[in-house]
Amino acid sequence: MELANIEKLIEKYLDASTSLQEEATLKEYFLSTNVAPHLQEYQALFGYFKKSKSETFTKTIQLKTEKTNWKWLSVAASIALLVSVYFGNQYVEQQKVEKQYAQVVNALHMVSSNLNKGNEALVYMSANLNKGNQAIASLYTYENTVNKIFKTK
Amino acid sequence: MNQTDFLKVVLPFKDKVFRLAKRLLVSTEEAEDATQELFFKLWRNKEKLANYRNVEAFAMTMTKNYCYDRLKSKQASNLTLVHSNYKEKNTSLDKQMEYQDSVNQVHQLIENLPEQQKIIIQLRDIEEYDFDEISKMVDMKPTAVRVALSRARKTIREQLIKKHNYGVS
Repeated sequence: MELANIEKLIEKYLDASTSLQEEATLKEYFLSTNVAPHLQEYQALFGYFKKSKSETFTKTIQLKTEKTNWKWLSVAASIALLVSVYFGNQYVEQQKVEKQYAQVVNALHMVSSNLNKGNEALVYMSANLNKGNQAIASLYTYENTVNKIFKTK
Repeated sequence: MNQTDFLKVVLPFKDKVFRLAKRLLVSTEEAEDATQELFFKLWRNKEKLANYRNVEAFAMTMTKNYCYDRLKSKQASNLTLVHSNYKEKNTSLDKQMEYQDSVNQVHQLIENLPEQQKIIIQLRDIEEYDFDEISKMVDMKPTAVRVALSRARKTIREQLIKKHNYGVS
C-alpha cells in the first residue's frame, strides 16, 4: 500500500472516521517490516493493540461456586455457637434449680420425718399423761378413802 | 438452557470480557476474579439471556459496570499501584528492545486516559467492535463514541510523538 494512502488513512483514523476495514489495513501496514521512518511511533501503537488482543483468559470458568459458601458457613457457625451458648446456659441454670429443689425436698423430708418422731413422742407422752392422770385419779380416791377413815375416827 | 448450551454461547467472548476487565482493573488477578464472577452472574440469569438479542454486548456492558463498581469500592483502590512494574527500562540500546519499550509505553498512555476513553479504545482498537455495538455497550450515542475515540487516539499519538522526539525518556 502506498504511503500517501496510509497517511490519509491515519488522518481519518485520528478523527475516528475510519471503518473497521480501513483500520485493518492500517494494522497490517504497521505490523509489516517496512514502515516509513516518520510514522514509526504508530508501529508501537498497533503493535500494542495486536499484543493486547492475544491475551486470553486461561482459567476455567466455574459455574458452581463453593467460594461464596464459606461466608454463609461462618454465619451459620456463629449462629450455632450463639444458640448453643444460650441453651447451654439455660441447661446449666436448670441443673442448678433442680439441685436446689432436690436439696429443699431433702430438707423438707428430714423436717417431716422429725415431725413424725415428735408426733409419736407426743402420742406416747399423751398416753403416759393418761396413765398419770389415772394414777392421780386413783391417788385421789386413795386420799378420799384415807380422809374418810380419819374422819370416822 | 443447560450448562453446555450456556458455555457454547458465552465462551467465545470470555477473552474479551477478561481483557476489558484487565484494562479497567489493571491487575491480572483482579481481572480473572471479575471474569469468573461475571460469568457466574450470567449463569444465574441464564433464563433472561434468551431475551437479549446480543448476549455479547450485554456481557460487555455488565463487565464495564461491574468494573466501575469494583473501582469505586475501597478494596480495589489498593490495587491500583500494581502496574508500577510497567516502568520503562532506559538501558535498552537494542532496536528490538526499544520497540518493546514503546509498546509498553502505549500501555502506560492508555492507562492514563479517562475511564470512558479507555473502554472505547479497548472496544474499538483491540476488540474491533463497530460503532453501533460500542454505543450500546457504553450507553452513549455513536457520535459521542466517535468524539471520545478521536480524542483518545489523538492524545496517545501526541504523547508518543513527544516521547519519540525526546528520545528515550
